[in-house]
Amino acid sequence: MADTVIRAGKLGKSFIIGHNKFQHSAILGEALVRSARSVVRKGADMLRGRAVVEGDELEEFWALRDVDFEIKRGEVVSIIGRNGAGKTTLLKILSRILEPTTGQVELNGRVASLLEVGTGFHPELTGRENIFLNGAILGMTRREVLTKFDQIVDFSGVEKFLDTPVKRYSVGMYARLAFSVAAHLETDILFVDEVLAVGDAEFQKRCLDRMSEVASAGRTVLFVSHNLAAVTALTRRGIVLKDGQLIFDGPVEAAVAHYSASLAKGKASRDWGRGRHSAIIAADLLDVHGMPTDAYEPGTPIRLRLEVDASDTLGLGFNMQLRDANNLPVGFYSSNAFSQRTLPSQPGRYVCTFDLQPLFLASGDYSFDLTTVSPPAVVDHDVPNAILFHVATCSPGGIAYDFNQNQGDGVLALQLEGRLRIESKPPAAD
Amino acid sequence: MNDRSSERLILEAGRADRQYWWDLWRYRELFFILAWRDVAIRYKQTVIGLAWAFVRPFMTMVVFTVVFGKIAKLPTEGTAPYAVLVFAGLLPWTLASSILNDASGSVTGNAQLVSKVYFPRLIIPLATVLVGLIDFGVSLIILAGVMAWYGVMPDWHILLLPVFVLLAVLVAIGPALWAAAMIVKYRDFRFVIPFAVQVGLYVSPVGFSAKIIPAEWQLLYSLNPLVGVIDGFRWAILGGESPLYLPGFAISLLVTAGMLWFGIHTFRRTERRFADMI
Repeated sequence: MADTVIRAGKLGKSFIIGHNKFQHSAILGEALVRSARSVVRKGADMLRGRAVVEGDELEEFWALRDVDFEIKRGEVVSIIGRNGAGKTTLLKILSRILEPTTGQVELNGRVASLLEVGTGFHPELTGRENIFLNGAILGMTRREVLTKFDQIVDFSGVEKFLDTPVKRYSVGMYARLAFSVAAHLETDILFVDEVLAVGDAEFQKRCLDRMSEVASAGRTVLFVSHNLAAVTALTRRGIVLKDGQLIFDGPVEAAVAHYSASLAKGKASRDWGRGRHSAIIAADLLDVHGMPTDAYEPGTPIRLRLEVDASDTLGLGFNMQLRDANNLPVGFYSSNAFSQRTLPSQPGRYVCTFDLQPLFLASGDYSFDLTTVSPPAVVDHDVPNAILFHVATCSPGGIAYDFNQNQGDGVLALQLEGRLRIESKPPAAD
Repeated sequence: MNDRSSERLILEAGRADRQYWWDLWRYRELFFILAWRDVAIRYKQTVIGLAWAFVRPFMTMVVFTVVFGKIAKLPTEGTAPYAVLVFAGLLPWTLASSILNDASGSVTGNAQLVSKVYFPRLIIPLATVLVGLIDFGVSLIILAGVMAWYGVMPDWHILLLPVFVLLAVLVAIGPALWAAAMIVKYRDFRFVIPFAVQVGLYVSPVGFSAKIIPAEWQLLYSLNPLVGVIDGFRWAILGGESPLYLPGFAISLLVTAGMLWFGIHTFRRTERRFADMI
């Protein structure tokens, strides 16, 4: 049966996004004027029936553009691309969560999608209750869950805590239970987004095994991952997305190669606009050999290289804001404030390299917002998400545990300085 | 459920989904499970647990009876005890207002689901209706208790009560669906709804009888569809003591139907873009 189960034609998706141009203005009057203007603009939008977007400047952003592909029954396909390439948007359109702006998709068969594990898990409910809740949310019937119940519990290995509210679970138990429900979905077409990155190394291996079981059972699977090893192991065909466009579709090895190559060269051709006095032209994370990369190895120095075009200002400096996958701030550095280092006053192009102290960042996606700052502290050129990078695994000291952003342990693996000291405390003498 | 490999689906911008109502039926289990979830978590980590379901409506009834019956000395209908009159009005009011309150915030409250899984979004607000009905059932038991206490016996009119219960649900669903969709788009409505409910309590004949409204205003008053519903409840529960004002009731029905259509229409039209906006 080589019939087509998914056919996407000229698929496109645009979002209206807002920018806060003057993020750091601390002047009350200016802030009031801006919020008044924003109320007027939002009010006008509302009268026209448009949705509210936060920010001073709006921009239409195409997350996907003119994507065409066909997938036959039983094919196992991976979608590769860096952050913001449109992978998740594509999966969300295929799974009917988002509506395409242009083009169309034809689906033949029952669809299930796993965009995260444990969607809808409620902390107050017990493990048993959550299995039924989550199953129903993923589209399983009660009867399906009942027949699979023992397998699900077996796979998760939490049978002892089935009647405990999941809020008392450890992060690992929670993730295992959540994945187990998802792993027992039986549909013709399955979309999976990065859900394998949960639990410890051993459980991850079981997840991968389970995925290849599913894949070899003749079902159609679309699989998004950063884990290039898993991608090559599980799938035969790869689709590479870049800036919302499909740039490669073919055998997975070739797709991975294509993707790696596009990472290296895609960076030069970026236009971030400019500020009043300066423009950030290029920005890269460097690996230990000084080559641009988008993978960071936890515990190594974070080396950033910026290319800046400065026109006329005195004392231009840089701010950098590290953010996690949810765009929440993780860390901040300011060259003027922390290091009193600024650019020379002659106009020209400068390359600046920053070596930041090593961090044990949990696995997942990160970004750096870069800003040039003219004195005293005026934002000049602001480039949100200028550098995107990814941490594949974070197991400091070779432990069997992978710190992951999704696990709720935060974004840093804490490290001991020296050894753990344990001493018995003598009873206090009164 | 696995034999649907022949089903075919086209996703396109602005396409009305012909499968929608069929999907709604197929996801009926999710509807019950979401309702069950909301009930199951409500009384977790409380001391008296399910007793809250009884205490809340009972206390409201006592307060209303004292304020409107004893202090303001408003007249009852026929010989019915004031407490029964109040309770018969309070029941549909609580049902309708809790549906409006819960359903309108339900889509944003389940944002996590909306942005990660597909299912017909109507299920979310509809599940809160089921929760409201369960509370309503509890209140009905209390009403039976109060009536027994006062020795009020219902007659055949009570058989029509389910019709008015349905009507109370329909009255609330229309505006609730509209509000749920609007809140996704404009969070401002989150502040408007509780206020509207508060005002609604005073402009609806909950603590008093609709009969105290002067005759020339009765028709206009019936534009508030809850007037028809509450009248209907009193008619069903108190029987002949509270005759139904038919022209007003007809207007209430019309308004309800209009709001219901508008609510579903708005919700369905906005629903496809929920995940974009939430």
